[in-house]
Amino acid sequence: MLGYALRRIAGIFPVLLILLTVSFFVIRLAPGGPFAAARALSGRTRAQLRQRYGLDRPLAVQYAAYLRALAHGDLGRSYSLRDEPVAGLIGAGLPVSAELGAAALALGALGGIALGMAAVLRRGGVIDRALSPLAAVTLALPSFVTGPLLALIVGVWLRWLPVAGWQPDTPRDLVLPAITLALPLIASIARLTRASLLEVLNASYIRTARARGLGRARVLWRHALRPALVPVVSYLGPAATYLVTGSLVVESVFELPGTGRYLVMGAIDRDYTLVMGMVLVYGTLTLLANLGADLLHAWLDPRVRHESP
Amino acid sequence: MNPREPRTRARLAALVLGALVVLALLGPAASPYSYRALDWRHLAVPPGFIAHHWLGTDALGRDLYVRTLSGLRLSLLIGVLATGVSVLIGVAWGAGAGWAGGRVDAGMMRVVDVLYALPYLFIVLILAALFGRGNIAVLLVAIGAVGWLTLARVVRAQTLSLKRQPFMEAARAAGLSDLQMLRRHVLPNLAGTVVVYATLMVPQMIVYESFLSFLGLGVEPPRASLGSLINAGARQMLSAPWLLLVPAVVLIVLLLAFNVLGDALRDVLDPHQR
Amino acid sequence: MSSIPTSAEPMRAQEEAPALLALHSLSVCFAGVPVVDAVSLTVRAGECLGVVGESGAGKSLTFLAALGLAPSAAAVSGRARFGATELIGCSERALDALRGRHIGVVFQDPMGALTPHLRIGAQLTEPILRHTGCSRRAARTRALELLEQVRLAAPARCLQQYPHELSGGMRQRVLLALALSCDPQLLILDEPTTALDVTIQAQILALLAHIKRERRLGLVLVTHDFAALAGLADRVAVMRAGRVIETGSAGQVFHTPREPYTVELLQAAREPAGPGGAPGARGAGAPVLAVEDLTVRYRQRGARLRRGEIVALQAVTVAIAPGESLAVVGESGCGKSTLTRAALRLTGAAHGRIAWLGREVGSWPERRLRALRRNLQLIFQDPLSSLDPRLSVERLVAEPLEVHHGELDAQARAARVAAMLERVGLDPALAARRPHELSGGQCQRVGIARAMILAPRLLVCDEPLSALDVRAQRQIGALLDALRREQGMSVLLVSHDLGAVRRGCERVLVLYQGAMAELAPSEALFARPLHPYTRALLAAVPVADPDVQPGRLAQVRLTDSEPAPAGGCAFRTRCPQATARCTEQRPPWVEAGAGRWVACHHFERGADGML
Repeated sequence: MLGYALRRIAGIFPVLLILLTVSFFVIRLAPGGPFAAARALSGRTRAQLRQRYGLDRPLAVQYAAYLRALAHGDLGRSYSLRDEPVAGLIGAGLPVSAELGAAALALGALGGIALGMAAVLRRGGVIDRALSPLAAVTLALPSFVTGPLLALIVGVWLRWLPVAGWQPDTPRDLVLPAITLALPLIASIARLTRASLLEVLNASYIRTARARGLGRARVLWRHALRPALVPVVSYLGPAATYLVTGSLVVESVFELPGTGRYLVMGAIDRDYTLVMGMVLVYGTLTLLANLGADLLHAWLDPRVRHESP
Repeated sequence: MNPREPRTRARLAALVLGALVVLALLGPAASPYSYRALDWRHLAVPPGFIAHHWLGTDALGRDLYVRTLSGLRLSLLIGVLATGVSVLIGVAWGAGAGWAGGRVDAGMMRVVDVLYALPYLFIVLILAALFGRGNIAVLLVAIGAVGWLTLARVVRAQTLSLKRQPFMEAARAAGLSDLQMLRRHVLPNLAGTVVVYATLMVPQMIVYESFLSFLGLGVEPPRASLGSLINAGARQMLSAPWLLLVPAVVLIVLLLAFNVLGDALRDVLDPHQR
Repeated sequence: MSSIPTSAEPMRAQEEAPALLALHSLSVCFAGVPVVDAVSLTVRAGECLGVVGESGAGKSLTFLAALGLAPSAAAVSGRARFGATELIGCSERALDALRGRHIGVVFQDPMGALTPHLRIGAQLTEPILRHTGCSRRAARTRALELLEQVRLAAPARCLQQYPHELSGGMRQRVLLALALSCDPQLLILDEPTTALDVTIQAQILALLAHIKRERRLGLVLVTHDFAALAGLADRVAVMRAGRVIETGSAGQVFHTPREPYTVELLQAAREPAGPGGAPGARGAGAPVLAVEDLTVRYRQRGARLRRGEIVALQAVTVAIAPGESLAVVGESGCGKSTLTRAALRLTGAAHGRIAWLGREVGSWPERRLRALRRNLQLIFQDPLSSLDPRLSVERLVAEPLEVHHGELDAQARAARVAAMLERVGLDPALAARRPHELSGGQCQRVGIARAMILAPRLLVCDEPLSALDVRAQRQIGALLDALRREQGMSVLLVSHDLGAVRRGCERVLVLYQGAMAELAPSEALFARPLHPYTRALLAAVPVADPDVQPGRLAQVRLTDSEPAPAGGCAFRTRCPQATARCTEQRPPWVEAGAGRWVACHHFERGADGML
């Protein structure tokens, strides 16, 4: 198990390097450049600025300098946001985004698994019958639709929860955004759990376990749940990708001071260092999430560990 | 007419979709307004019968009925075309990898794995922000170019499992060439899966497009897509909630119809997988 | 627990022993359709009841329903008494107290019957802890004891392993240990030997006989194979379409069956159907198929990177003359299917010489092979999956013609297809059907029609009957037989069962772990097998005679054997004659008489006048 984990962790670095390299050159290939769109800057000022950020050097040299700085933990300074260090910007925004993502993930996984199990335990009950149509509706709702709608209904019309803004230490501010982000997760995970648990309960080893007189609860917890969670865990990778992009929308809808806004902003302003910083952060996050999902999968299913990745 | 019966659900969803398509194509012509016409005498009118603004107007006096339907038309167009791009790449890549097998397969799928683990919508976002603000063609390619990953995986898995089927060996033993086997046995057996996934992919593509438009990276005003309308509506939801509700409801119905159709088709084609 | 009967005193006659399990007019319906129809059966302590019938006869479901394990869609009615407890309508909790404690069950499909993510030790101690309330440590000791009782080769290691690390035979032993873990009074075995190799099958049956003798528990043995019952059952019940059609003592049912259906099943068990009959006219000329030094290696996919290769086939040399029939026999994984695939150039990884119709084709590109392929046709074990599910019967049979006889117009092609369908005994009304709308036997007829429409010189039959029920086996066997005689073609028959190739095949090649063990004319091989593996195979074939079979089972070694490490003779760990030489040297392939070849250091020479 440990060997497997180490192999998989080592596998992240090349992917990350490829991602950074491609992004590095692609953003520089795009028409326009930093300060090109900027207000009335004189040619000289612009040249000075370019020199200051090392943009006048050949691309290969810039690339080498970038990697060298990165190795020392230096993400560079933003061109567009008053020369702020990118690491500082991320450091300020990431806790907000991370809190939002973690809350949504927890809500999605726990809520989804609980709903899926409830549907299976009471076959034909209310939850079982309502799950499929409700999930279909929820999955048809992108977060940029649910966000404003929830804000309108719960925040404006019912006045239950604050609609926008972010004060530290007020978890109420997090409720609506987290629910908005978690809704599709809950729906997919509930559906997955239900389908996979139903399938596992039909497996021949479940019958063997029942024939040993182990009792329903024990058969479910010890024999059925772990294999049934395999598809759910495999879904966590895509779910993390979804969370990363979804948080962008949710942060924008609820005006949260997370990191999401920097990406669009940076790309539009051709703020290379800022975009690279965002690519690094979100790339690492998604890769780690996918890795975590695979490791969980290996833990759930001993057969996976014995195969090479 | 049991709604649990997949055929019934498929028919219902197809009916709704058909109605939406007809509305998108012919609907705008029924109104005296165009999607960009500004009606200064009727700013931010709520839905009703005032001056034929059936669904009201926005702050600039543009007719919401027309704008929503032309947004629907654009969303449908982009969704279908982007799906087409995805299906072409996905089927070619997946079937190619699965059929070739061995190292070629491993290499091709490794590429998919790597791309899959990346926040792909971010890449689209960066691409759209960098190259094509408001440029629908670029948008389309960018969206289509990321959507194929899942399909490639599914098609490859299907191809591999088909290859392992004894009937493929039987075909080989009967003397069929690779091309004949692909044409007679592989592609036809893939068709069902591809249709299902394509149906489920259209709403995804529409969501991507709306998402980009929502962030201001998609179509540019005065043109409207459902995403940009929702974005604009969300900003004025306190004063004019219909600007949010109308396009949101249309988008939801559209996505729901596609999802239900796709799920129902899967159930019809593969009743075993429920 | 006063409701549980105490086990019968040893001296009492069986008839007087109290009934352990009594089913009274037990029925199971799905959506109103009865699948088990008013079944009444009793099992007494110390007695083995054999329940026999074809798949779909409702025999497994009968006992699942009695134990409350039938699928939730099943409507169960009637009575089932275990001692004084009525099982039907009993609470889940009360059933749980009986299942695993007083009633042990071993299900079909050993591969899927163990929970994949739990170690064997954890699964084995679970019912012990639950039902006996002993300490963890005691449970562990007990688990080890149980694995020793089911004669696993390395019980201590097995406790630490996951199910996927065990072979089918090992898993079946573990399942048996599980069922026995709390000393049940009744043991229900559902097709306990079906998915296993012949030799493993014999070991499990012998083990069961041993357990039955030692423990004096009530046994129910559910099987489709009369031969599997012969050494064990005291009484036999024959089921068909949900009903018990005949019951009686083993001797009575085996020797004087009343029902024609019972006779049919017995006959199938005594003379396995197979293509064969009279040997065909052996023609002259180049062999239709010849391989020399054929070796197939696959790259190992495993945890330890590049752990080397699996040799699926090791230097096999054999040729089939025109009109000849050759059988290739061995256990699963012995390379018999690999041999046919490689010889027909359907797998890439082969090395060695391959000749079709006297032409060296080993290095030909696929393009060049195609025209020759029509001469060497193949029929498959699983008839359904060997047909493209989307195509109609007519199109399936026409396809080879479209490929090889482009000169035929649609009308001529349709005429040939119709004639061929008639020849294989398929109703023309079925021509428009898809494979999944046909029975197994009908699908196999379509497969045969597809192969025969090209009038091949060689027909390779890969276990063509093993997926079919008894009646279809007989019919398809006869059809293959007739076709072979008409066409004078050669046949290569692949089988796991030596018994099935006894009649008809002129020569037999026995493979063990990818290598040739013995090649001999059929008669000579059955009369006097030279290789100890061939002998083991022959001894393992169950005989459907309750007077003979117990004696045969008594000869079988009970203990599981571990696979041999590389080098030396692969069979040495299972061989009673193995010596140090067998570990050191791989036995050479030597001629041992007229047309006889064997690879063994210790084969008995002399009787054929050689040496």
